[in-house]
Amino acid sequence: MEILVCVKRVPDSAENEIEVKPGGADIKRDDLVYSVNEWDNYAVEEAIQIVDRVGGSVTVATIGNEESEEVVRREMAMGAQNGLMLVDPAFEGSDGRGIAAVLAAAVKKGKYDLVLTGAQADDGAAQVGGMLAALLDWPYASLVNLIEVQDKKLRIGREIEGGNQEINEILLPCVLSIQTGINEPRYVGIRGIRKVASVEIPVKNASALGVDTAAVGQAGARVKRLDYFVPPAGAGAEMLEGSTEEITAKLIELLKAKGGLK
Amino acid sequence: MQPALLSPANATLIGLPAKIFFVLIPLVGVGVFAYIMKHRMAPLLKAAPDHRFNRYPERIRAVLKIWLAQWRHPRYLLAGVLHIIVFFGFLTLAARSTQLVILGFVDGFTLPGFGGGFGHVYNVLKDYAGTAVFVSAVFLAIRRTAFKPERYEVPERYGKDHTPEAVFVLGLICTLLVSESLFDASLVAAQAVQGQPTHFLSPLTLGWFFRHLLDGASQPALQGLHLAAYTIHDLTFFFFLCFLPMGKHFHVITSLFNVFFMRLDTGTVKPVRHGVEESRLDELKSFGVKKFEDFTWKHMLDFYSCADCGRCSDRCPANRVKRPLSPRFISIKARDWCFQRHPLWGRKPAESAALIGGIYSEDEIWSCTTCGACEQECPLGIEYIDKMVDLRRGMVDEGMVPQSLQKPLSALEKRGNPWGKMEKKRSDWVAGVGDGCRVKLFEKGETAETLYFVDSITSYDDRMQKIAQATARILCAAGVDFGVLGKDEKDSGHEVRRFGEEMLFQALKEHNTESIQAAAVKRIVTSDPHAYNALKKDYNQLPPVQHISELIVEAVGSGRLKLQAGSGDSKTYVYHDPCYLGRHNGLYDPPRRAIDDIPGLRRVEMVNDCRDRSFCCGGGGLMLFYEPEEEMRMGVVRVKMARKAGADAIVTACPFCLVNIEDAIKVAGLEGKMEAVDLSELIDRHIQR
Amino acid sequence: MAAPVFAFVLHKDGKADDTAPELAAAARLMRPDAQPVAIVTGADPGLDGVCQELAASYAEVWKFSGDVLAYPNAEIIRNLLLKILPKGCTLLLPHTTFGMDLGPGLAVKMDAAYVPDVTASDGVDGTTLKAVRQEFNGQVSTHLACDISQGAVISVRSGCFPAGASAPVGGKVIDKSTEIGELSARRRFVELLQAEVGDVDITKEDVLVSVGRGIGDKENLPVADDLAKAMGAVVSCSRPVVDAKWLEKSRQVGTSGKTVKPKVYLALGISGSFQHMGGLKGNPFIVAVNKNPKAPIFQMANVGVVADVLEFVPELTEKIKASK
Repeated sequence: MEILVCVKRVPDSAENEIEVKPGGADIKRDDLVYSVNEWDNYAVEEAIQIVDRVGGSVTVATIGNEESEEVVRREMAMGAQNGLMLVDPAFEGSDGRGIAAVLAAAVKKGKYDLVLTGAQADDGAAQVGGMLAALLDWPYASLVNLIEVQDKKLRIGREIEGGNQEINEILLPCVLSIQTGINEPRYVGIRGIRKVASVEIPVKNASALGVDTAAVGQAGARVKRLDYFVPPAGAGAEMLEGSTEEITAKLIELLKAKGGLK
Repeated sequence: MQPALLSPANATLIGLPAKIFFVLIPLVGVGVFAYIMKHRMAPLLKAAPDHRFNRYPERIRAVLKIWLAQWRHPRYLLAGVLHIIVFFGFLTLAARSTQLVILGFVDGFTLPGFGGGFGHVYNVLKDYAGTAVFVSAVFLAIRRTAFKPERYEVPERYGKDHTPEAVFVLGLICTLLVSESLFDASLVAAQAVQGQPTHFLSPLTLGWFFRHLLDGASQPALQGLHLAAYTIHDLTFFFFLCFLPMGKHFHVITSLFNVFFMRLDTGTVKPVRHGVEESRLDELKSFGVKKFEDFTWKHMLDFYSCADCGRCSDRCPANRVKRPLSPRFISIKARDWCFQRHPLWGRKPAESAALIGGIYSEDEIWSCTTCGACEQECPLGIEYIDKMVDLRRGMVDEGMVPQSLQKPLSALEKRGNPWGKMEKKRSDWVAGVGDGCRVKLFEKGETAETLYFVDSITSYDDRMQKIAQATARILCAAGVDFGVLGKDEKDSGHEVRRFGEEMLFQALKEHNTESIQAAAVKRIVTSDPHAYNALKKDYNQLPPVQHISELIVEAVGSGRLKLQAGSGDSKTYVYHDPCYLGRHNGLYDPPRRAIDDIPGLRRVEMVNDCRDRSFCCGGGGLMLFYEPEEEMRMGVVRVKMARKAGADAIVTACPFCLVNIEDAIKVAGLEGKMEAVDLSELIDRHIQR
Repeated sequence: MAAPVFAFVLHKDGKADDTAPELAAAARLMRPDAQPVAIVTGADPGLDGVCQELAASYAEVWKFSGDVLAYPNAEIIRNLLLKILPKGCTLLLPHTTFGMDLGPGLAVKMDAAYVPDVTASDGVDGTTLKAVRQEFNGQVSTHLACDISQGAVISVRSGCFPAGASAPVGGKVIDKSTEIGELSARRRFVELLQAEVGDVDITKEDVLVSVGRGIGDKENLPVADDLAKAMGAVVSCSRPVVDAKWLEKSRQVGTSGKTVKPKVYLALGISGSFQHMGGLKGNPFIVAVNKNPKAPIFQMANVGVVADVLEFVPELTEKIKASK
């Protein structure tokens, strides 16, 4: 099976405190640590496991610049056979649809049976996978937490509300967005990354992909982000102060009144 | 005068001169033994290298102390003393056994120098030695079968009980002793019957008893017994010789070598591969131990040498809390696996299967806290820590790292600390030190004579920052000119290395070494034993490193630091030896002296579980993040030990010990009844300012 | 009727989803020029009841009843919507697992803009929608602008656009089942596997003591158990506690866990992510204990205490026991 996994280099939200620059044009990026988007990492691990079972190869692709290369290399260190960089100044400022358009062009240039994305990334939009599928006119399923390969189709599970699992059958080729927890990604250490340090990763630009630059980038974006801001803190909770004695006494009073103590 | 009985060399057996048999038996015996030994040696010759042919004076000293003087045996008194008897018995009887073998074809043979006076003395010694061994062996067999000491038990998952093997060997030993004594006794009895002068049999020895038992036996009976005893001894001796390399009694042969080649330093970790410098590690195709053949020859020798005594597992904290790790079985399983993979006859299985997922499980290997209690106990000098580290290196190389450890490792790589906190906050704790104490910051270009290497947990953890602050105040009070690296300091990488992520460790080491060298300090002091051990043993090209307890003792001794009694010091304190200060670095006394320097402070000891028998608190560094399968926490076991010793306050000199013990106090429901305090905090409270 | 603004409404067991009136409210805000139309699909008899219910908040309810729509399969529903929606229209969806499955692809096929997970809106300025969404796991918000004149699919976060108490609209229910026609998709629904039911059903409890990452370790759970026992409550938790395998999934409160409607909810060491709070419905009295004074939970709680859970809670438990 030839699998393409789309990955994104994002600020590590667990290890960073995200703050807004004065004026709100962007977040403060100087002290940020970046890594591969967590959902994408699960997708790559899943792809590697599928290929281990049924044969084929995994290609990891990203849209970005030279800094983004490190995440592709890391996923290759994990076990993906191929990497692919999609780089062009025209891509910058793209909205979700623009990103999907570039990826669709890359998919069309290859021969893939399956395309995986992470369910969502740092902007929480969870949109690229679905848009990519629609542009390719391939079937789609989001929030996938189970994949079984069958003949020309997949049996998949989607994580839905209440922790329930929706089982579907989906025909190949298709696009799936992967939810965290589908597997346990293997560890990639510095050594693994050093081993792939000198592997060539092909780079393709807009013309190599046949992408219409008017449809992507800042110009092609329909949803425009105006600024970043932190909402003013609302009234919020009544904070109890004082000694532990005082606080617990007040709390017990309130709990009794609200029916919290039986 | 004719000898009272026909000697074996002159006798006939089934119509042939017995000599023939008594030449054949040794020939075949030695031949089979050599064949077996060749097969046992084979894997060692193809194993990974291990640089042990060095430091001969130290090695000889180790052999004299640990092998010959059986130094570690009395730590388990009864078994220890019995083994000493058996050991010295064997050594003493070695000469006699050799003589006996040759007697079979060289009539009247005695070893050179054993004729005359010395020979007589020797005979007396060997008789008592043999009797003592016999009594011990019988006692040991009873102990094994009737009393079944806990540490010999074999949990179900490790297979069948080992008692039959043990009793069988004790039986062989008794057979050798009885047959040798009967051989002597039958001759003396015959001499008596014939009115010849009798050879001397030391009173109350086995031979002496048999001789009296045989009183009145007929000449033919005695002759038959004499020859039979000799034959049985010869056969049993060579059978035993060939049986030795088949199981745990291989240690009889390998112990001398195993101790000679044993680890001489504590707290160190072997290089990824001996002979490959750190700068060339990238060239290695594979890291760590993945299959049996990846072990070094010394580690394979360790497996051969395990005497199955169970002392390591008995002291192992992971085993005590029922994690899936028992050091004894790390050795036994590997030994059995080796025997299986390198059989004495038949073909070798072609593919060498992976150890992890085969004889070992992932959790089994991650469960080890590297406390070193196992290596401290082993009377044969078997090593475990390096094996664990090598197995972990293998797992890391294959990406088999538990999810709970991946996050801190990734954080260490990106931010230089396992919590992923920002570098610039590493010296935030300085603000809370207090007026009158100046902590210099090398990151700001200041200079000082001493570097206080804080390391990650003490820098970032809310509770542990108090240790840093107390240590800073102690340094100030002692008049030390010191500074901290702040954001230029990264985690020492101590556990990173011991958890198998060697390359990340190398990166941290390189970074820290540069920062330290740039600070141009004359010495380093730390309050974290893991950092202490890392800087001392894992790093090089650094100025001398001290632990804060050493500095406190020096400062009090020279009068620069004065301690006073505290108000309300009514507690009874007990000192818990951190593994990396105590066992791995021998610093048992400085912390105790520092505590005792506080006037009026009451201190007790956890008598059987202190100093090199200290019980690990649960582990530090990355071990804080690992989620083990266990029935209780190591910290809880330790806190209960402290309580039993009559203490209501535990002093420790390691931030990880403090975390684990404070946690354990809560889990054990002893809040308010037991306090935990760091040495620095305790001293800081009592400084006369 | 004025131009329609559409909302796709989900339902279960004959009742419309809680988000239905919220979608109507959001629709009115974003398209004040338009009348909200609800689209409902299904195959069971309860569908009629759902439509009647929706008529209270929507000007029109379009009903599509057919076997092929028995289970809401986003791939099939997309094809239906492409058939029946007028070009350039605005469609609202709830930002649920269904909305996330349907929205992006639908927007592309409609050649419309996609605005996901909107948490607030200032309405439209001409044909430019002004909305707010969050990024970086809720740590920051962004203002965005989107021209919706050529069509838009907008997904809305639940609980952000309150329905408001207005008089029932008295909308019309229109049965459009005949327009379904042939619908195919390359994805087929097979079955639904329920999450395992544990020993305790937290959805039925009135008082919950809920623990998050702040409980520190599995061994500290007795701290919460003791408090729950003293209060006559039951212990629940947030997702990280389940991921770490300290508690079973049946105890998880959140969008990927259970939805609970207690009277009183104690959030101990819980940061207050929207995925967790999304499982908390009704209007419970929320008490938050967390050692981080900036934890988002303090925005949503009624009462807050800045303290270490492991130090504060045992004290509270003692006092409660003493007060009985």
